[in-house]
Amino acid sequence: MGMTMTQKILAVHAGRETVSAGELIEAQLDLVLGNDVTTPVALREFEKMGATEVFDRKKVVIVPDHFTPNKDIHSAEHCRQVREFAVDQDIENYFEVGEMGIEHALLPEKGLVVPGDVVIGADSHTCTYGALGAFSTGVGSTDMAAGMATGKTWFRVPEAQRFELTGKMQPWVTGKDVILHIIGMIGVDGARYQSMEFTGDGIANLGMDDRFTMANMAIEAGAKNGIFPVDEKTQAYVKEHAVKPHRVYEADKDAVYEKTHRIDLATIPLTVAFPHLPDNTRPVAEAGDVKIDQVVIGSCTNGRMDDLRMAAKILKGKKVAKNLRCIIFPGTQKIYLQAVREGLVEIFVEAGAVFSTPTCGPCLGGHMGILAKGERAVATTNRNFVGRMGHPESEVYLASPAVAAASALTGCISSPEEL
Amino acid sequence: MVAQGKAFVYGNNVDTDVIIPARYLNNSDPAALASHCMEDIDADFVKEVAAGDVIVAGKNFGCGSSREHAPLAIKTAGVSCVIAQTFARIFYRNAINIGLPILECEEAVNEVEKGDELVVDFAAGTITNKTRNKTYQTQPFPPFIQAIIAADGLVGRVKEELS
Ligand code: SF4
Repeated sequence: MGMTMTQKILAVHAGRETVSAGELIEAQLDLVLGNDVTTPVALREFEKMGATEVFDRKKVVIVPDHFTPNKDIHSAEHCRQVREFAVDQDIENYFEVGEMGIEHALLPEKGLVVPGDVVIGADSHTCTYGALGAFSTGVGSTDMAAGMATGKTWFRVPEAQRFELTGKMQPWVTGKDVILHIIGMIGVDGARYQSMEFTGDGIANLGMDDRFTMANMAIEAGAKNGIFPVDEKTQAYVKEHAVKPHRVYEADKDAVYEKTHRIDLATIPLTVAFPHLPDNTRPVAEAGDVKIDQVVIGSCTNGRMDDLRMAAKILKGKKVAKNLRCIIFPGTQKIYLQAVREGLVEIFVEAGAVFSTPTCGPCLGGHMGILAKGERAVATTNRNFVGRMGHPESEVYLASPAVAAASALTGCISSPEEL
Repeated sequence: MVAQGKAFVYGNNVDTDVIIPARYLNNSDPAALASHCMEDIDADFVKEVAAGDVIVAGKNFGCGSSREHAPLAIKTAGVSCVIAQTFARIFYRNAINIGLPILECEEAVNEVEKGDELVVDFAAGTITNKTRNKTYQTQPFPPFIQAIIAADGLVGRVKEELS
Protein backbone atom coordinates (compact mmCIF):
# COMPACT_ATOMS: atom_id res chain seq x y z
CA MET A 1 0.00 0.00 0.00
CA GLY A 2 1.36 3.42 -0.94
CA MET A 3 2.32 6.12 1.54
CA THR A 4 1.44 9.80 1.68
CA MET A 5 4.24 12.39 1.68
CA THR A 6 3.92 12.74 5.47
CA GLN A 7 4.01 8.97 6.02
CA LYS A 8 7.17 8.66 3.91
CA ILE A 9 9.01 11.27 5.94
CA LEU A 10 7.88 9.66 9.19
CA ALA A 11 8.87 6.16 8.03
CA VAL A 12 12.45 7.25 7.30
CA HIS A 13 12.72 9.01 10.66
CA ALA A 14 11.39 5.91 12.43
CA GLY A 15 14.01 3.77 10.67
CA ARG A 16 11.31 1.84 8.85
CA GLU A 17 10.57 0.80 5.26
CA THR A 18 6.92 1.65 5.61
CA VAL A 19 4.43 2.91 8.15
CA SER A 20 0.67 2.93 7.97
CA ALA A 21 -2.02 5.22 9.32
CA GLY A 22 -2.93 4.64 12.95
CA GLU A 23 0.39 3.04 13.92
CA LEU A 24 2.28 4.44 16.90
CA ILE A 25 5.93 5.05 16.07
CA GLU A 26 9.00 6.63 17.59
CA ALA A 27 10.76 9.09 15.26
CA GLN A 28 14.12 10.87 15.31
CA LEU A 29 13.86 14.65 15.40
CA ASP A 30 15.76 17.12 13.25
CA LEU A 31 14.70 20.12 15.31
CA VAL A 32 12.97 20.88 18.63
CA LEU A 33 11.52 24.37 19.09
CA GLY A 34 10.23 26.38 22.03
CA ASN A 35 9.26 29.97 22.86
CA ASP A 36 9.13 32.15 25.97
CA VAL A 37 5.70 30.85 27.02
CA THR A 38 6.24 27.14 26.53
CA THR A 39 9.97 26.74 27.28
CA PRO A 40 9.82 27.67 31.00
CA VAL A 41 7.25 24.89 31.53
CA ALA A 42 9.42 22.51 29.47
CA LEU A 43 12.48 23.33 31.58
CA ARG A 44 10.61 22.30 34.72
CA GLU A 45 9.79 18.93 33.10
CA PHE A 46 13.31 18.56 31.65
CA GLU A 47 14.68 18.77 35.15
CA LYS A 48 12.09 16.33 36.54
CA MET A 49 13.16 13.85 33.85
CA GLY A 50 16.64 13.93 35.30
CA ALA A 51 18.00 15.29 32.02
CA THR A 52 21.11 17.43 32.25
CA GLU A 53 21.99 18.04 28.62
CA VAL A 54 20.09 18.60 25.38
CA PHE A 55 20.51 15.82 22.81
CA ASP A 56 22.12 18.15 20.28
CA ARG A 57 22.78 21.83 20.90
CA LYS A 58 22.44 22.60 17.18
CA LYS A 59 19.01 21.00 16.96
CA VAL A 60 17.26 22.90 19.73
CA VAL A 61 15.86 26.32 18.81
CA ILE A 62 14.52 28.78 21.35
CA VAL A 63 12.80 31.99 20.32
CA PRO A 64 11.42 34.38 22.93
CA ASP A 65 8.73 36.08 20.86
CA HIS A 66 5.39 36.03 22.68
CA PHE A 67 5.80 38.60 25.46
CA THR A 68 8.97 40.27 24.16
CA PRO A 69 10.39 42.85 24.40
CA ASN A 70 9.40 41.92 27.95
CA LYS A 71 5.91 43.11 28.68
CA ASP A 72 6.15 42.94 32.49
CA ILE A 73 8.11 41.43 35.37
CA HIS A 74 6.60 37.95 35.01
CA SER A 75 7.56 37.73 31.34
CA ALA A 76 11.00 39.13 32.09
CA GLU A 77 11.50 36.33 34.60
CA HIS A 78 10.42 33.73 32.04
CA CYS A 79 12.82 35.15 29.48
CA ARG A 80 15.64 35.21 31.99
CA GLN A 81 15.09 31.50 32.76
CA VAL A 82 15.08 30.66 29.09
CA ARG A 83 18.18 32.77 28.38
CA GLU A 84 20.12 31.19 31.25
CA PHE A 85 19.26 27.73 29.97
CA ALA A 86 20.32 28.68 26.43
CA VAL A 87 23.65 30.03 27.68
CA ASP A 88 24.22 27.11 30.03
CA GLN A 89 23.50 24.52 27.30
CA ASP A 90 25.31 26.54 24.65
CA ILE A 91 22.22 26.48 22.42
CA GLU A 92 23.40 27.73 19.06
CA ASN A 93 19.99 28.87 17.88
CA TYR A 94 18.76 31.01 20.71
CA PHE A 95 17.56 34.32 19.29
CA GLU A 96 17.62 37.31 21.60
CA VAL A 97 15.54 40.46 21.10
CA GLY A 98 17.28 42.38 18.34
CA GLU A 99 17.90 39.31 16.23
CA MET A 100 14.74 37.42 16.93
CA GLY A 101 11.54 37.28 14.95
CA ILE A 102 8.26 35.46 15.31
CA GLU A 103 9.43 31.85 15.47
CA HIS A 104 7.59 30.51 12.41
CA ALA A 105 8.74 33.36 10.22
CA LEU A 106 12.26 33.15 11.61
CA LEU A 107 13.13 29.46 11.32
CA PRO A 108 12.59 29.13 7.55
CA GLU A 109 14.32 32.47 6.95
CA LYS A 110 17.37 31.27 8.92
CA GLY A 111 17.34 28.08 6.86
CA LEU A 112 16.98 25.94 9.98
CA VAL A 113 14.16 23.85 8.50
CA VAL A 114 14.56 22.13 5.14
CA PRO A 115 12.48 19.73 3.04
CA GLY A 116 12.25 16.24 4.52
CA ASP A 117 12.85 17.32 8.14
CA VAL A 118 10.84 16.15 11.13
CA VAL A 119 10.29 19.05 13.51
CA ILE A 120 8.34 19.39 16.75
CA GLY A 121 7.71 22.73 18.38
CA ALA A 122 6.00 23.69 21.60
CA ASP A 123 3.79 26.03 19.65
CA SER A 124 0.76 24.94 17.67
CA HIS A 125 1.73 26.85 14.52
CA THR A 126 4.89 24.79 14.12
CA CYS A 127 2.96 23.23 11.23
CA THR A 128 4.04 26.28 9.16
CA TYR A 129 7.15 24.48 7.85
CA GLY A 130 5.03 22.08 5.83
CA ALA A 131 5.30 24.81 3.19
CA LEU A 132 8.88 23.61 2.69
CA GLY A 133 7.94 19.94 2.36
CA ALA A 134 8.94 19.13 5.94
CA PHE A 135 6.86 17.29 8.53
CA SER A 136 6.37 19.68 11.42
CA THR A 137 3.81 19.73 14.17
CA GLY A 138 2.93 21.46 17.41
CA VAL A 139 3.29 19.70 20.75
CA GLY A 140 3.18 20.68 24.41
CA SER A 141 5.96 21.59 26.81
CA THR A 142 6.45 18.08 28.20
CA ASP A 143 6.90 16.76 24.65
CA MET A 144 9.39 19.55 24.02
CA ALA A 145 11.29 18.54 27.17
CA ALA A 146 11.35 14.88 26.13
CA GLY A 147 12.43 15.88 22.62
CA MET A 148 15.27 18.01 23.97
CA ALA A 149 16.37 15.21 26.29
CA THR A 150 16.21 12.29 23.86
CA GLY A 151 16.08 13.64 20.28
CA LYS A 152 12.99 11.62 19.52
CA THR A 153 9.27 11.55 20.10
CA TRP A 154 6.22 9.34 19.59
CA PHE A 155 3.66 9.91 16.86
CA ARG A 156 0.48 8.29 15.76
CA VAL A 157 0.93 8.01 11.96
CA PRO A 158 -1.79 10.26 10.53
CA GLU A 159 -4.33 9.60 7.82
CA ALA A 160 -4.43 12.30 5.18
CA GLN A 161 -6.80 14.43 3.18
CA ARG A 162 -5.69 15.60 -0.23
CA PHE A 163 -6.38 19.12 -1.47
CA GLU A 164 -5.90 19.15 -5.20
CA LEU A 165 -5.51 22.76 -6.26
CA THR A 166 -5.88 23.84 -9.87
CA GLY A 167 -6.02 27.17 -11.69
CA LYS A 168 -4.96 30.63 -10.69
CA MET A 169 -6.28 33.03 -8.07
CA GLN A 170 -8.22 36.20 -8.91
CA PRO A 171 -6.52 39.59 -8.37
CA TRP A 172 -6.05 40.45 -4.64
CA VAL A 173 -6.81 36.85 -3.62
CA THR A 174 -3.94 35.26 -1.66
CA GLY A 175 -3.02 32.09 0.19
CA LYS A 176 -4.86 33.51 3.24
CA ASP A 177 -8.15 33.54 1.36
CA VAL A 178 -7.50 30.02 0.08
CA ILE A 179 -6.84 28.56 3.53
CA LEU A 180 -9.73 30.46 5.16
CA HIS A 181 -11.97 29.16 2.38
CA ILE A 182 -10.77 25.59 2.98
CA ILE A 183 -11.24 25.83 6.77
CA GLY A 184 -14.72 27.23 6.17
CA MET A 185 -15.40 24.27 3.92
CA ILE A 186 -14.18 21.45 6.22
CA GLY A 187 -14.58 23.04 9.67
CA VAL A 188 -12.27 23.62 12.64
CA ASP A 189 -12.09 19.88 13.27
CA GLY A 190 -12.38 18.86 9.62
CA ALA A 191 -8.87 17.43 9.49
CA ARG A 192 -8.50 16.48 13.16
CA TYR A 193 -5.45 14.20 13.74
CA GLN A 194 -4.83 14.13 9.96
CA SER A 195 -2.38 15.55 7.42
CA MET A 196 -3.57 18.10 4.91
CA GLU A 197 -1.58 17.35 1.77
CA PHE A 198 -1.74 20.04 -0.88
CA THR A 199 -1.18 18.90 -4.47
CA GLY A 200 -2.06 19.90 -8.01
CA ASP A 201 -0.76 22.22 -10.68
CA GLY A 202 -2.35 25.26 -9.01
CA ILE A 203 0.45 25.15 -6.44
CA ALA A 204 2.86 26.56 -9.02
CA ASN A 205 0.77 29.75 -8.83
CA LEU A 206 1.27 30.07 -5.07
CA GLY A 207 4.37 31.89 -3.88
CA MET A 208 6.33 30.62 -0.87
CA ASP A 209 4.77 33.27 1.37
CA ASP A 210 1.28 32.06 0.35
CA ARG A 211 2.31 28.51 1.18
CA PHE A 212 3.68 29.46 4.61
CA THR A 213 0.34 31.17 5.37
CA MET A 214 -1.62 28.11 4.30
CA ALA A 215 0.50 25.52 6.13
CA ASN A 216 0.46 27.81 9.19
CA MET A 217 -3.33 27.51 9.46
CA ALA A 218 -3.58 23.72 9.02
CA ILE A 219 -3.94 23.52 12.81
CA GLU A 220 -7.05 25.70 12.54
CA ALA A 221 -8.70 22.76 10.77
CA GLY A 222 -7.46 20.50 13.59
CA ALA A 223 -4.76 18.97 11.38
CA LYS A 224 -1.55 17.43 12.66
CA ASN A 225 0.32 18.98 9.76
CA GLY A 226 -0.14 20.60 6.38
CA ILE A 227 2.38 19.84 3.67
CA PHE A 228 3.31 21.02 0.18
CA PRO A 229 5.30 19.19 -2.48
CA VAL A 230 8.79 20.49 -3.17
CA ASP A 231 8.90 22.32 -6.51
CA GLU A 232 11.12 24.88 -8.24
CA LYS A 233 9.96 27.68 -5.96
CA THR A 234 10.77 25.61 -2.86
CA GLN A 235 14.16 24.69 -4.29
CA ALA A 236 14.95 28.34 -4.97
CA TYR A 237 13.93 29.24 -1.42
CA VAL A 238 16.04 26.44 0.05
CA LYS A 239 19.03 27.43 -2.06
CA GLU A 240 18.84 30.96 -0.75
CA HIS A 241 18.33 30.11 2.93
CA ALA A 242 19.25 26.56 3.93
CA VAL A 243 22.21 25.90 6.20
CA LYS A 244 22.07 22.12 5.88
CA PRO A 245 21.30 19.46 3.26
CA HIS A 246 17.72 18.49 2.48
CA ARG A 247 15.80 15.53 1.09
CA VAL A 248 12.78 15.57 -1.17
CA TYR A 249 9.92 13.14 -0.61
CA GLU A 250 6.89 12.57 -2.80
CA ALA A 251 3.65 10.81 -2.06
CA ASP A 252 3.31 7.39 -3.71
CA LYS A 253 0.96 7.22 -6.70
CA ASP A 254 -1.20 4.75 -4.77
CA ALA A 255 -1.14 6.62 -1.47
CA VAL A 256 -4.37 6.32 0.46
CA TYR A 257 -6.35 9.46 1.28
CA GLU A 258 -9.45 9.66 3.46
CA LYS A 259 -10.82 12.29 1.12
CA THR A 260 -9.78 14.27 -1.92
CA HIS A 261 -11.01 17.83 -2.37
CA ARG A 262 -10.66 19.41 -5.81
CA ILE A 263 -10.46 23.17 -5.66
CA ASP A 264 -10.18 25.61 -8.56
CA LEU A 265 -8.24 28.56 -7.15
CA ALA A 266 -10.02 30.90 -9.59
CA THR A 267 -13.31 30.29 -7.75
CA ILE A 268 -12.05 31.43 -4.35
CA PRO A 269 -13.27 34.90 -3.31
CA LEU A 270 -11.67 37.33 -0.86
CA THR A 271 -12.66 35.68 2.40
CA VAL A 272 -13.13 36.76 6.02
CA ALA A 273 -13.69 34.62 9.13
CA PHE A 274 -16.23 36.11 11.52
CA PRO A 275 -16.01 35.62 15.29
CA HIS A 276 -15.43 33.31 17.09
CA LEU A 277 -14.04 30.45 15.02
CA PRO A 278 -11.77 30.39 11.95
CA ASP A 279 -14.35 28.27 10.09
CA ASN A 280 -17.05 30.93 10.36
CA THR A 281 -16.12 32.27 6.93
CA ARG A 282 -17.92 34.20 4.26
CA PRO A 283 -16.88 36.16 1.17
CA VAL A 284 -15.82 39.73 1.96
CA ALA A 285 -18.47 40.85 -0.53
CA GLU A 286 -21.11 39.42 1.82
CA ALA A 287 -19.60 40.76 5.05
CA GLY A 288 -22.20 43.51 5.37
CA ASP A 289 -21.55 46.68 7.30
CA VAL A 290 -19.11 45.76 10.07
CA LYS A 291 -17.55 48.79 11.73
CA ILE A 292 -14.10 48.21 13.20
CA ASP A 293 -11.82 49.84 15.77
CA GLN A 294 -8.48 48.25 14.99
CA VAL A 295 -6.56 46.60 12.17
CA VAL A 296 -3.64 44.27 12.84
CA ILE A 297 -1.35 43.26 9.99
CA GLY A 298 1.43 40.79 10.73
CA SER A 299 2.00 37.59 12.79
CA CYS A 300 3.47 34.22 11.82
CA THR A 301 0.56 33.89 9.39
CA ASN A 302 0.95 37.12 7.44
CA GLY A 303 4.02 39.09 8.51
CA ARG A 304 6.25 38.33 5.53
CA MET A 305 7.44 40.53 2.66
CA ASP A 306 4.58 39.69 0.28
CA ASP A 307 2.15 40.64 3.04
CA LEU A 308 3.77 43.97 3.86
CA ARG A 309 4.11 44.85 0.17
CA MET A 310 0.43 44.12 -0.38
CA ALA A 311 -0.56 46.30 2.59
CA ALA A 312 1.72 49.12 1.42
CA LYS A 313 0.27 49.02 -2.07
CA ILE A 314 -3.16 49.73 -0.62
CA LEU A 315 -2.14 52.23 2.08
CA LYS A 316 0.22 54.24 -0.12
CA GLY A 317 -0.65 57.94 -0.13
CA LYS A 318 -3.81 57.39 1.93
CA LYS A 319 -4.81 57.82 5.57
CA VAL A 320 -6.28 55.22 7.88
CA ALA A 321 -9.85 55.98 8.96
CA LYS A 322 -10.35 58.47 11.75
CA ASN A 323 -10.27 56.99 15.29
CA LEU A 324 -9.04 53.62 13.99
CA ARG A 325 -5.76 52.05 15.13
CA CYS A 326 -3.73 50.27 12.50
CA ILE A 327 -0.87 48.17 13.89
CA ILE A 328 1.63 46.54 11.55
CA PHE A 329 4.22 44.11 12.85
CA PRO A 330 6.74 42.32 10.65
CA GLY A 331 7.72 38.68 11.16
CA THR A 332 11.46 39.15 11.59
CA GLN A 333 14.23 41.72 11.86
CA LYS A 334 15.29 40.92 8.31
CA ILE A 335 11.78 41.64 7.06
CA TYR A 336 11.74 44.80 9.17
CA LEU A 337 14.94 46.03 7.54
CA GLN A 338 13.78 45.12 4.06
CA ALA A 339 10.53 47.03 4.68
CA VAL A 340 12.59 50.06 5.70
CA ARG A 341 14.78 49.77 2.59
CA GLU A 342 11.84 49.43 0.24
CA GLY A 343 10.17 52.50 1.73
CA LEU A 344 7.22 50.51 3.07
CA VAL A 345 7.65 51.79 6.60
CA GLU A 346 7.43 55.36 5.37
CA ILE A 347 4.17 54.52 3.61
CA PHE A 348 2.77 52.93 6.78
CA VAL A 349 3.73 55.78 9.08
CA GLU A 350 2.50 58.42 6.67
CA ALA A 351 -0.81 56.59 6.45
CA GLY A 352 -1.09 56.85 10.24
CA ALA A 353 -0.24 53.24 11.10
CA VAL A 354 2.03 51.97 13.86
CA PHE A 355 5.04 49.89 12.77
CA SER A 356 6.27 47.59 15.51
CA THR A 357 9.32 45.49 16.24
CA PRO A 358 8.68 41.77 15.56
CA THR A 359 6.63 40.24 18.40
CA CYS A 360 3.60 38.01 18.82
CA GLY A 361 2.15 40.84 20.93
CA PRO A 362 -1.35 41.62 19.70
CA CYS A 363 -1.93 38.27 17.95
CA LEU A 364 -2.53 36.45 21.23
CA GLY A 365 -3.81 39.41 23.19
CA GLY A 366 -0.46 39.67 24.94
CA HIS A 367 0.48 43.32 24.56
CA MET A 368 0.93 46.03 21.88
CA GLY A 369 -2.71 46.28 20.82
CA ILE A 370 -5.27 44.78 23.21
CA LEU A 371 -8.97 45.22 22.47
CA ALA A 372 -11.41 46.78 24.95
CA LYS A 373 -14.90 45.46 25.66
CA GLY A 374 -17.07 45.57 22.57
CA GLU A 375 -14.24 46.53 20.19
CA ARG A 376 -13.73 44.87 16.83
CA ALA A 377 -10.55 44.17 14.89
CA VAL A 378 -9.75 42.91 11.44
CA ALA A 379 -6.53 40.91 11.80
CA THR A 380 -4.30 38.94 9.47
CA THR A 381 -3.57 36.53 12.34
CA ASN A 382 -4.90 32.98 12.59
CA ARG A 383 -7.32 32.78 15.52
CA ASN A 384 -10.48 34.66 16.39
CA PHE A 385 -11.47 32.74 19.52
CA VAL A 386 -13.35 34.45 22.37
CA GLY A 387 -10.94 36.84 24.09
CA ARG A 388 -8.05 36.07 21.74
CA MET A 389 -7.03 39.70 21.30
CA GLY A 390 -8.26 41.13 24.57
CA HIS A 391 -11.59 41.50 26.34
CA PRO A 392 -13.84 38.41 26.17
CA GLU A 393 -16.49 40.62 24.60
CA SER A 394 -14.24 41.94 21.84
CA GLU A 395 -14.29 40.49 18.33
CA VAL A 396 -11.65 39.45 15.81
CA TYR A 397 -12.29 39.05 12.07
CA LEU A 398 -9.59 37.14 10.18
CA ALA A 399 -8.59 38.25 6.69
CA SER A 400 -5.70 38.77 4.31
CA PRO A 401 -3.35 41.79 4.43
CA ALA A 402 -5.15 43.24 1.38
CA VAL A 403 -8.55 43.10 3.06
CA ALA A 404 -7.11 44.31 6.37
CA ALA A 405 -5.40 47.30 4.74
CA ALA A 406 -8.52 48.20 2.76
CA SER A 407 -10.56 47.96 5.96
CA ALA A 408 -8.10 50.23 7.75
CA LEU A 409 -8.84 52.94 5.18
CA THR A 410 -12.63 52.68 5.30
CA GLY A 411 -13.16 51.77 8.96
CA CYS A 412 -15.31 48.77 8.14
CA ILE A 413 -14.65 45.36 6.57
CA SER A 414 -13.84 46.18 2.95
CA SER A 415 -12.47 44.72 -0.21
CA PRO A 416 -9.53 46.44 -1.92
CA GLU A 417 -11.68 46.41 -5.06
CA GLU A 418 -14.05 48.94 -3.49
CA LEU A 419 -11.37 51.59 -3.01
CA MET B 1 -8.38 4.35 39.72
CA VAL B 2 -11.80 5.82 40.34
CA ALA B 3 -12.81 9.47 40.26
CA GLN B 4 -15.98 11.01 41.57
CA GLY B 5 -17.48 14.47 41.31
CA LYS B 6 -20.09 16.70 39.75
CA ALA B 7 -20.21 17.58 36.09
CA PHE B 8 -19.50 20.93 34.43
CA VAL B 9 -20.96 20.84 30.94
CA TYR B 10 -19.76 22.82 27.89
CA GLY B 11 -20.36 22.77 24.13
CA ASN B 12 -18.24 22.09 21.05
CA ASN B 13 -14.79 23.55 20.24
CA VAL B 14 -13.85 24.68 23.75
CA ASP B 15 -10.50 26.24 22.81
CA THR B 16 -7.31 26.71 24.79
CA ASP B 17 -7.80 30.49 24.82
CA VAL B 18 -10.93 30.13 26.93
CA ILE B 19 -9.50 27.32 29.07
CA ILE B 20 -6.64 29.66 29.99
CA PRO B 21 -6.51 33.07 28.27
CA ALA B 22 -3.12 34.11 26.90
CA ARG B 23 -3.11 37.22 29.05
CA TYR B 24 -2.29 34.96 32.01
CA LEU B 25 0.51 33.04 30.28
CA ASN B 26 3.17 35.42 31.52
CA ASN B 27 2.98 33.31 34.69
CA SER B 28 3.59 29.54 34.57
CA ASP B 29 2.74 28.79 38.22
CA PRO B 30 0.06 26.04 38.10
CA ALA B 31 -2.00 27.53 40.96
CA ALA B 32 -2.02 30.97 39.31
CA LEU B 33 -3.14 29.40 36.03
CA ALA B 34 -5.85 27.37 37.77
CA SER B 35 -7.31 30.51 39.33
CA HIS B 36 -8.28 31.75 35.83
CA CYS B 37 -9.37 28.42 34.36
CA MET B 38 -12.39 28.66 31.99
CA GLU B 39 -12.90 32.28 33.06
CA ASP B 40 -13.90 33.65 29.64
CA ILE B 41 -16.77 31.19 29.12
CA ASP B 42 -17.71 30.43 32.72
CA ALA B 43 -16.70 33.00 35.30
CA ASP B 44 -18.19 30.85 38.09
CA PHE B 45 -16.16 27.73 37.29
CA VAL B 46 -13.24 28.43 39.63
CA LYS B 47 -15.63 29.39 42.43
CA GLU B 48 -17.72 26.24 42.12
CA VAL B 49 -15.21 23.54 41.16
CA ALA B 50 -14.26 21.02 43.84
CA ALA B 51 -11.66 18.25 43.88
CA GLY B 52 -12.81 15.30 41.79
CA ASP B 53 -15.21 17.21 39.54
CA VAL B 54 -15.50 16.33 35.88
CA ILE B 55 -15.63 18.50 32.75
CA VAL B 56 -17.98 17.18 30.06
CA ALA B 57 -17.87 18.79 26.61
CA GLY B 58 -18.71 18.27 22.95
CA LYS B 59 -16.48 17.95 19.90
CA ASN B 60 -12.87 19.07 19.51
CA PHE B 61 -12.21 19.95 23.16
CA GLY B 62 -8.93 21.85 23.64
CA CYS B 63 -8.53 23.08 20.07
CA GLY B 64 -6.11 25.89 19.32
CA SER B 65 -2.83 26.55 21.02
CA SER B 66 -0.29 23.96 22.17
CA ARG B 67 -0.16 25.53 25.63
CA GLU B 68 0.23 22.78 28.20
CA HIS B 69 -0.96 25.45 30.61
CA ALA B 70 -4.50 24.44 29.54
CA PRO B 71 -4.60 20.84 30.84
CA LEU B 72 -2.38 21.96 33.72
CA ALA B 73 -4.88 24.65 34.76
CA ILE B 74 -7.74 22.13 34.57
CA LYS B 75 -5.85 19.52 36.58
CA THR B 76 -4.66 21.99 39.20
CA ALA B 77 -8.20 23.36 39.58
CA GLY B 78 -9.08 19.91 40.92
CA VAL B 79 -10.75 18.38 37.89
CA SER B 80 -10.29 14.60 37.93
CA CYS B 81 -11.18 13.89 34.32
CA VAL B 82 -12.41 15.46 31.09
CA ILE B 83 -15.01 13.61 29.06
CA ALA B 84 -15.64 14.86 25.53
CA GLN B 85 -17.08 13.65 22.27
CA THR B 86 -13.65 14.24 20.71
CA PHE B 87 -10.41 15.99 21.66
CA ALA B 88 -8.13 18.22 19.63
CA ARG B 89 -4.85 16.51 18.88
CA ILE B 90 -2.34 18.55 20.89
CA PHE B 91 -4.61 18.75 23.94
CA TYR B 92 -5.04 14.96 23.87
CA ARG B 93 -1.27 14.49 23.82
CA ASN B 94 -0.63 17.06 26.52
CA ALA B 95 -3.28 15.64 28.83
CA ILE B 96 -1.74 12.17 28.61
CA ASN B 97 1.76 13.53 29.03
CA ILE B 98 0.91 15.41 32.24
CA GLY B 99 -1.42 12.74 33.62
CA LEU B 100 -4.84 14.39 33.26
CA PRO B 101 -7.24 11.53 32.48
CA ILE B 102 -9.43 12.10 29.42
CA LEU B 103 -12.14 9.96 27.89
CA GLU B 104 -14.09 10.11 24.65
CA CYS B 105 -17.71 9.09 25.12
CA GLU B 106 -20.44 10.52 22.94
CA GLU B 107 -23.28 8.92 24.86
CA ALA B 108 -22.20 10.44 28.16
CA VAL B 109 -21.74 13.81 26.49
CA ASN B 110 -25.28 13.68 25.10
CA GLU B 111 -26.93 12.78 28.40
CA VAL B 112 -24.96 14.35 31.25
CA GLU B 113 -26.23 17.68 32.55
CA LYS B 114 -24.59 20.27 34.72
CA GLY B 115 -24.33 19.16 38.33
CA ASP B 116 -24.86 15.43 37.64
CA GLU B 117 -22.85 13.28 40.01
CA LEU B 118 -20.43 11.07 38.04
CA VAL B 119 -18.21 8.15 38.99
CA VAL B 120 -15.48 7.32 36.48
CA ASP B 121 -13.67 3.99 36.63
CA PHE B 122 -10.60 4.30 34.41
CA ALA B 123 -9.56 0.64 34.50
CA ALA B 124 -13.02 -0.55 33.49
CA GLY B 125 -13.60 2.41 31.16
CA THR B 126 -17.01 3.08 32.68
CA ILE B 127 -18.75 6.34 33.53
CA THR B 128 -21.62 6.02 35.99
CA ASN B 129 -24.13 8.84 36.21
CA LYS B 130 -25.46 8.53 39.76
CA THR B 131 -27.99 11.33 39.27
CA ARG B 132 -29.57 9.57 36.30
CA ASN B 133 -28.78 6.00 37.26
CA LYS B 134 -27.00 5.17 34.03
CA THR B 135 -23.65 3.72 33.07
CA TYR B 136 -21.76 4.49 29.88
CA GLN B 137 -18.93 2.38 28.48
CA THR B 138 -15.86 3.91 26.79
CA GLN B 139 -12.90 2.57 24.83
CA PRO B 140 -9.77 1.89 26.87
CA PHE B 141 -6.52 3.58 25.74
CA PRO B 142 -4.19 1.69 23.37
CA PRO B 143 -1.41 -0.18 25.26
CA PHE B 144 1.29 2.30 24.15
CA ILE B 145 -0.56 5.16 25.80
CA GLN B 146 -1.42 3.07 28.85
CA ALA B 147 2.32 2.56 29.31
CA ILE B 148 2.87 6.33 29.40
CA ILE B 149 0.08 6.70 31.94
CA ALA B 150 1.49 3.82 34.01
CA ALA B 151 4.89 5.53 34.05
CA ASP B 152 3.16 8.56 35.59
CA GLY B 153 3.18 10.52 32.36
CA LEU B 154 5.89 11.17 29.84
CA VAL B 155 8.29 12.55 32.44
CA GLY B 156 8.35 9.20 34.23
CA ARG B 157 8.85 7.35 30.98
CA VAL B 158 11.79 9.46 29.86
CA LYS B 159 13.26 9.31 33.33
CA GLU B 160 13.27 5.50 33.18
CA GLU B 161 14.87 5.67 29.75
CA LEU B 162 17.61 8.11 30.78
CA SER B 163 18.61 6.28 33.94
S1 SF4 C 1 2.19 35.30 15.88
FE1 SF4 C 1 0.40 34.56 16.99
S2 SF4 C 1 -0.03 32.55 16.19
FE2 SF4 C 1 2.04 33.11 15.55
S3 SF4 C 1 3.39 32.21 17.08
FE3 SF4 C 1 2.92 34.28 17.72
S4 SF4 C 1 1.12 34.12 19.06
FE4 SF4 C 1 1.30 32.21 17.93
